[in-house]
Amino acid sequence: MTHSLRALTLTLTLAALLVGGIVASAVLGQLPVSPAEVGGSLLRAIGIGNDWAPSESIVESTLWVVRFPRIAMALVVGAALAVAGAVMQAIFGNPLAEPGVVGVSSGAALGAAIAIVIGVAALGDSAIALLAFVGGLLATLLVYFVSRANGRTEVVTLLLTGIAVNAFAGAGLAFLLFVAESGSREQIVFWQLGSLNGSRWGEVLIVALVTAVGLAAALVLARPFDLLALGERNARHLGVNVERLRIVSIVIVALLTGVAVAFCGIIAFVGLVVPHAMRMVIGPAHRQLIVASAVGGGVLLVLSDLLARSVVAGGDLPIGLLTSLVGGPFFFYLLFRQRKRSGGWA
Amino acid sequence: MISARNVGVRLDSRSILDDVSLDVLRGEVLTLVGPNGAGKSTLLAVLSGDRKPDSGTVTVDGRDIGGIRHAELARLRAVLTQENSVSFPFRVSEVVAMGRSPWARSIESRDDVAVVNQALEATDVAHLGERRYTTLSGGEKARVSLARVLAQHTPVVFLDEPTAALDLRHQEEVMRAAKIMAGEGRAVVVVLHDLSLAGAYSDRLALVAHGRLEAIGTPSEVLTAERVERVYGLPVDLHDVGGHPVVVPRR
Repeated sequence: MTHSLRALTLTLTLAALLVGGIVASAVLGQLPVSPAEVGGSLLRAIGIGNDWAPSESIVESTLWVVRFPRIAMALVVGAALAVAGAVMQAIFGNPLAEPGVVGVSSGAALGAAIAIVIGVAALGDSAIALLAFVGGLLATLLVYFVSRANGRTEVVTLLLTGIAVNAFAGAGLAFLLFVAESGSREQIVFWQLGSLNGSRWGEVLIVALVTAVGLAAALVLARPFDLLALGERNARHLGVNVERLRIVSIVIVALLTGVAVAFCGIIAFVGLVVPHAMRMVIGPAHRQLIVASAVGGGVLLVLSDLLARSVVAGGDLPIGLLTSLVGGPFFFYLLFRQRKRSGGWA
Repeated sequence: MISARNVGVRLDSRSILDDVSLDVLRGEVLTLVGPNGAGKSTLLAVLSGDRKPDSGTVTVDGRDIGGIRHAELARLRAVLTQENSVSFPFRVSEVVAMGRSPWARSIESRDDVAVVNQALEATDVAHLGERRYTTLSGGEKARVSLARVLAQHTPVVFLDEPTAALDLRHQEEVMRAAKIMAGEGRAVVVVLHDLSLAGAYSDRLALVAHGRLEAIGTPSEVLTAERVERVYGLPVDLHDVGGHPVVVPRR
């Protein structure tokens, strides 16, 4: 297949999955809603009167208060995590780098948990988000400067650093769980598992804004990311200010991961699976890769969330559990393949 | 074009380069030779602006090289390094096109396609265009990386051991390409180990030993049996083949 044909196929597939996933998510649930009612309600919202729109207010509020914000949250958080993964892989020069694996997500979760326990969370959602961002930033900086040698990161070093960061953040979370009151304790457990349950429009808006900024910044840096694949020295010879690129990228990763974790907890492996799948289809050039990852991440989370809340009747599985269930084996497969190819754990 | 004056580099109080002065001139191939660990790569790094010397100055047309921004420097000089792995499976044509990125949004970018194709031809890798870089052999990777450097099309070109992974024919082709670039009025600086190859294609040779410039001049001026024996610690015979010195270890 030619490149453009592949890109077209991918776009159509993603669009179909996206629309299908959104409609299915809106329709399915404890209160059944027909697809026609969903379409009608959406049309009415943008000012087009029609006969399909639901007449019962319980249906209308189920859609607009519960399901739509949750779908929107899945879209933006999926996009944020997948783009964070793509950016991280670009600056680490390693396709196995991922916010969850190397401990950025748990760093952010630790930040959020600290916010809850010391009570700044009372200042509002943005206080949690801010501390989640700081936690994520510190973790990214740590992993980045510890695990790289000669402009690249070896798999072993990366994973070992990830283990160390995850262990430390895990201990921090456990300590906070220990000292926290029962209310905070529940909130912290929520962060560790990850869930889109109870998303509100206000939260969606914050995540959407941050994601938009992060995505735009990542797209501006798409060409330098391509050049960075040649190694740091070669990128510098081609005019890339590597030091600045590094810092900006770390901030982007921390922002995207931090905001996702702040509102939805740890949802691991999205940043690993999505960019990898997209790279296999459309190749590694970052401009297309970042756009495709954003859309693909949204699609993946909408579908995962649908699964999470329908697989156990009446129950709401934490989505983070689900993505790890799928992402864990996938990560193992990538690791295994990379080991086979390079003849070792290099 | 590029001038180094009294350049010194130290690493943990050990002297890597000591008081080296030389000029890189337009229209010539200047080759740096010398034993392992003599400081050739460090000298190349200093001349290309990668490394700031601890003492002395490096200037490009009179301007301090440290004061030139990355983007501008990328239009002045291209560097082929010894390390040429690529992190993601880019296609060969994409990798070579990366060499054009310093010229993005400039008038030169209208020649992008022609320059890339020319570079692919010159390095004999045009047939690999659609292949993934990560699937190539060592020699193919080396030639594709050279194509990327040629595509950058800068007035100064640095090649750090460009022939290391190459077979006999491709070694000759690379050095011929260097000669052609010099013929176009560009300055080419090459690090080589093969003294005979250096002798055949260089306009000037700089022999580096123990961080010092041992000798600089035409190949036949620099490559004397006595000097090569002393610097490399190995008895050699020097032959003259078609006006170029050929160095053969005495076996």
